[in-house]
Amino acid sequence: MIAEIGLGLLWLAAGLAVVQAFLGMAGLRQPDRPDLGGAVRPVAVAQAVLVVAAFCCLIYLFIVSDMSVKLVAANSHSDKPMLYKVSGAWGNHEGSMLLWVTVLAMAGAGIAVAERRVRRDTLIATLMAQGLLALGFYAFLLLSSNPFERLNRAPQDGQGLNPLLQDPGLAFHPPTLYFGYVGMSVAFSFAVGALVTRDVGPAFARAMRPWVLGAWIMLTLGITAGSYWAYYELGWGGWWFWDPVENASLMPWLAATALLHSVTVLATRDSLRAWTVMLSVVAFSMSMVGTFLVRSGVLTSVHAFAVDPQRGSFLLALMLLYIGGALALFGLRIGTVREGALFEPVSREAALVLNNLFLTVILGVVLIGTLYPIVAQGFGQQVSIGPPYFNPAAGSVALLLVIAMVAGPLMRWRSDGMKAVLRRMAAPVILGVVALVGIKVLAPDIGTLPWLGLAVAILAAAGSIAPLWKRNLARTPLFTWGMVIAHLGVAVALAGMAVDSAFYKERLVAVDEGDTTDVGPFSVRLVSVEPIIGPNWTALEGRVEARRGDGAPFLLTPQARNYSAPPTDTSEAAISTRLDGQLYVVLGKQGQDGRWQLRLWWKPLVTFIWLGGAMIAIGGALSLVGRLWRERRSPRGGASA
Amino acid sequence: MKAKNQRLILALLALAAVIGAGLLAVSGLKQEAAFFYAPGDVAENGLPLGKAVRLGGMVADKSIRHDPDGVTIHFVVEDGKAKVPVTFKGIAPDLFKEKSGVVAEGEFHPDGTFVANNLLAKHDERYMPPELAGKMHKTDTLKP
Repeated sequence: MIAEIGLGLLWLAAGLAVVQAFLGMAGLRQPDRPDLGGAVRPVAVAQAVLVVAAFCCLIYLFIVSDMSVKLVAANSHSDKPMLYKVSGAWGNHEGSMLLWVTVLAMAGAGIAVAERRVRRDTLIATLMAQGLLALGFYAFLLLSSNPFERLNRAPQDGQGLNPLLQDPGLAFHPPTLYFGYVGMSVAFSFAVGALVTRDVGPAFARAMRPWVLGAWIMLTLGITAGSYWAYYELGWGGWWFWDPVENASLMPWLAATALLHSVTVLATRDSLRAWTVMLSVVAFSMSMVGTFLVRSGVLTSVHAFAVDPQRGSFLLALMLLYIGGALALFGLRIGTVREGALFEPVSREAALVLNNLFLTVILGVVLIGTLYPIVAQGFGQQVSIGPPYFNPAAGSVALLLVIAMVAGPLMRWRSDGMKAVLRRMAAPVILGVVALVGIKVLAPDIGTLPWLGLAVAILAAAGSIAPLWKRNLARTPLFTWGMVIAHLGVAVALAGMAVDSAFYKERLVAVDEGDTTDVGPFSVRLVSVEPIIGPNWTALEGRVEARRGDGAPFLLTPQARNYSAPPTDTSEAAISTRLDGQLYVVLGKQGQDGRWQLRLWWKPLVTFIWLGGAMIAIGGALSLVGRLWRERRSPRGGASA
Repeated sequence: MKAKNQRLILALLALAAVIGAGLLAVSGLKQEAAFFYAPGDVAENGLPLGKAVRLGGMVADKSIRHDPDGVTIHFVVEDGKAKVPVTFKGIAPDLFKEKSGVVAEGEFHPDGTFVANNLLAKHDERYMPPELAGKMHKTDTLKP
């Protein structure tokens, strides 16, 4: 019964999306009928309430393990821990698409309830665009990916959730990432709305900024968490693989980062109007490209639940329709957008333009590298693109980007003098140059990219706190703190990446129980290997004792797990976090001679990568709170930065 | 600066960035794209030396040998047309076994050996690397 109710709610929500779109259009055509446009807000809220209720129905079905529902039978199992029963609801194609539209509808409702800053007609047009977006994805769900489909005969028990996904981090990874992905739809809808009503200006940018910032924070957290998950769960010791699925989340983040900075220019200085609108469209387009890549089955990965060509074509068609529609509207209307305020070539605006250009180049490089294998496959050519392509191409531009990041906050808006800027940047630049020389002297064998990366990280660390220099810290606005912390986070993450790439130590050995080996500053002894039993798996657990020099020994317990439903083997790495890095141990196979394979890594400062990611997100959050706070105090909005 | 000029300059900059990204990507792709080979392709067209490639096929029956160091293995990948000897140092995936599909990432050596730095095995019963599925259909060694 619950499944039928859920399906019914979903159809109703889809119906309301139609109503929302039509009311919006009618309201815009007949400005003399305020009741038409006025009805759009409550409809958007109602639509969200319905689809949230439908999503709750699905979660309920998973909790009670209703095996007569096809999705539950295919992805759940009655003796799974409760957390994974709930997260199983979105750990599959249909459920995750339902989560997608749920977040989309919630974002629409959020605009409807909270947004009071933009012109009324722009708001109506924005909600109309959001309704049209939702409609396409409702159609996708209801016509090709119905999550509530029943089975004729219920099986004894379900097939279980992919063990790789049975991880507490993964329970929260999809929702976080989706809030980021789909939250970007608000920027898209605002851009469409502002184009429709010819209202591209600072007011629209100020209204859009908190949404972009919120979605960007979620994306940052999602990417950081996803990277850490891949690091400890896959047992390969790497933190970024340039896997198409990772790129699918990185591309919207790059576009959103660019948008975040250009929207600030538009809000503060009324420049970069057309560019900001374009980026809003691009950012959500990248979210859709990501969804398409991940969900259509063109990629094979733990994320590609559905290998169904019909679904792939449906998603592709939706994506082309929305992106094409928005670009067409952009082409038609951009001529009517007036030129914004001017700025000098040496100014903060110019630095932010530079930031946007570098981000665009990285985005282009990543996009081409990600799509090329798929396109080549269409022509019968099998190609894979990996780190040898991405690292130098994207990495070198990223270093330039970080240098621009240091310069930007040290420049004045509108016009600045080259000499003054150089004087303000002198200390960080000198530090960076000293680091550049010092590192090469101390570690002559270091690779080019890690070498430059570490020097730039040191330059950026000093440069990102420079805006606080000689300032009254108590009177420094919260959003400035946010910027400083986020920029410092970039430096910290970059330092982690560079130090780990340059100085990690790896050992691959076969040892008997009792044997000692060493990796980096640690000596490691395999004490024993024991069989153990978990809730829905059995495992061989290695007991590994490690000690650093003469320090106290500590125990690591890597496992080779075997899950029963579905039958899968996974390797659980054991990671010991020290102040200056992590010791990472993977238990391999037992050879015919009885020796065990052990793979050991000493990864110095690797934790800085995710610490930096968290700092970027925290900085974003401070910035968001600071902006909203200031706007509450002065209704005209914070015009200075 | 005149209004018209600034807009034009910004538009040109954006265009230059996009073209720059394209050029950077194309030059990178030329050098670094790892093409997929089956043993038959190698026998036909010669060894692709000096670049990262992927080699896919079936692990030949009774071909897996272990080195005394306990971490290096040797095996033969075949596709019904030809065979390629492969060396791999590392922890082989759990589903890596004889008479089963495998994709090896690495480089060819001039003596015809493939030195793999990563192995992708058939992941579970429902999964097969798409390149492998495609090639396998062509050579008719495996049913879908």
